[in-house]
Amino acid sequence: MNKTVNQKAWFLVLPVLVLVAFSAVIPLMTVVNYSVQDTFGQNEFFWSGLIWFEDMLASERMWDALGRQLMFSGIILAIQVPLGIFVALNMPKSGVWSSVCLVLMSLPLLIPWNVVGTIWQIFGRVDIGLLGYTLDAIGINYNYTQDTLDAWVTLIVMDVWHWTSLVALLAFAGLKSIPDAYYQAAKIDQASRWKVFRYIELPKMTGVLTIAILLRFMDSFKIYTEPFVVTGGGPGNATTLLSIDLVKMALGQFDLGPAAAFSIMYFLVILLVSWVFYTVMTNLDKQEG
Amino acid sequence: MADMTATPASSRPRGLPRVNSRLVVMILYLVFLMLPIYWLVNMSFKTNTEILNTFSLWPRDLTFANYVTILTDPAWYTGYINSIIYVTMNTVISLAVALPAAYAFSRYHFVGDKHLFFWLLTNRMAPPAVFALPFFQLYSSVGLFDTHIAVALAHTLFNVPLAVWILEGFMRGVPKEIDETAYIDGYGFGRFFVKIFMPLIASGIGVAAFFCFMFSWVELLLSRTLTSVDAKPIAATMTRTVGASGVDWGVLAAAGVLTILPGALVIYFVRNFIAKGFALGRV
Repeated sequence: MNKTVNQKAWFLVLPVLVLVAFSAVIPLMTVVNYSVQDTFGQNEFFWSGLIWFEDMLASERMWDALGRQLMFSGIILAIQVPLGIFVALNMPKSGVWSSVCLVLMSLPLLIPWNVVGTIWQIFGRVDIGLLGYTLDAIGINYNYTQDTLDAWVTLIVMDVWHWTSLVALLAFAGLKSIPDAYYQAAKIDQASRWKVFRYIELPKMTGVLTIAILLRFMDSFKIYTEPFVVTGGGPGNATTLLSIDLVKMALGQFDLGPAAAFSIMYFLVILLVSWVFYTVMTNLDKQEG
Repeated sequence: MADMTATPASSRPRGLPRVNSRLVVMILYLVFLMLPIYWLVNMSFKTNTEILNTFSLWPRDLTFANYVTILTDPAWYTGYINSIIYVTMNTVISLAVALPAAYAFSRYHFVGDKHLFFWLLTNRMAPPAVFALPFFQLYSSVGLFDTHIAVALAHTLFNVPLAVWILEGFMRGVPKEIDETAYIDGYGFGRFFVKIFMPLIASGIGVAAFFCFMFSWVELLLSRTLTSVDAKPIAATMTRTVGASGVDWGVLAAAGVLTILPGALVIYFVRNFIAKGFALGRV
């Protein structure tokens, strides 16, 4: 759309600016403040330079948490994206069943995150959960509170359960925008199913899939509630992802300096990915218009 | 069209009846999605003795006692009331500030518009864990700790950007000629916006409201950090019950089911926009 230049539009944006500044900039400045100061208690702070950043960069704890986080995000992306596309390809394109599928698939997306945790916490328990009980009955030794691998599998299956539908819904939206004529042309050319997917459907889905991947990456990168409820970061530290570690540090141990330095580095990563996201979005908008 | 997406005939073992592979895939996937929810609902209708001692696929001893507990015990139902209060406040605040801003972004160029739009996005993406401690200190220092408005304001952090992005996506679809015609007809900005423009993007407003409601409803970390007693949300009530000796599983399951209901009730109305909402209005 051709927009006109109008500086008075700032007045319309002002409320948002003030509100978000209050809820984002002030807290963020507090974090920056803590990250360069040290304290002996009694609310007396003194300048400590970049020592916390050096500490954090040298700390094995943070690198371990980051490693686990990247592994978690990597695994769930590797499962959710192909699975989501596959489901989208199989969804009915129109009619009542399409609506039924849309509604049922969206359901996990709307469940409060702590309830998602609770659901899987119960579902996986050997004594009262359907999954745990079944696995136990067929002779698989499964216990997500004791065994690292089981805890990881539980978290990943839970996240796949929770968010695959998002990828599927986005891919489905992309698929629906493909005109029938493309498929008819492919049929005339006797293109195989794979070729239809590779040369018609996939290129048309690139945009929405990029969005899906970025959204899933971001949201899995800041995941807190679900693993907190299911495993609490355990057994040991096996499922302590970045956010869980940060909350432990900031609210549990009140290590303000390190936690703040940690937060800032965490935020920089987010900023970087957001920028990629934004670039992709604006390029898509240009293609449309 | 259907047979194009089915597996090629050559790879199918001969002699077997033709099955619709699309149907099978969808059914398997939906069963996978529904099983855990089914189990939660199933448990919510059982007594604790039945949950712990017998393994049954449906409640043998059907009881509504768990729901009665929640609806009569103030410790439980105030959680819902608190959640609903701050979620509603948040939705109203978010939409009120986001509507004019989204209009500005969709219609005009102004100094710094792109940077501002990007900055909003970074707040949607920001991890709540980073903000938990500073929010706690900020709202404690201004005396708002453990109030509904504190949680509502904290949630604007990610809901305002979300609302702006979603609404902007919808507003771009409205031709600019409508604005111009209205101005020529002598409408002022306010009257035009409320009388003409808002009805045109009614579905967009509905979708934005739905997503603000939802993301505020599902959030736990900030709402738990910012409250202790008076504004304690249902999510926090649920997590604090877990871990205490002798968890009341039936009540916990019933509480879970009740938190799913609001989303489940309105999902039908936004089903066609749900992808758009999750993708920040960009599909």
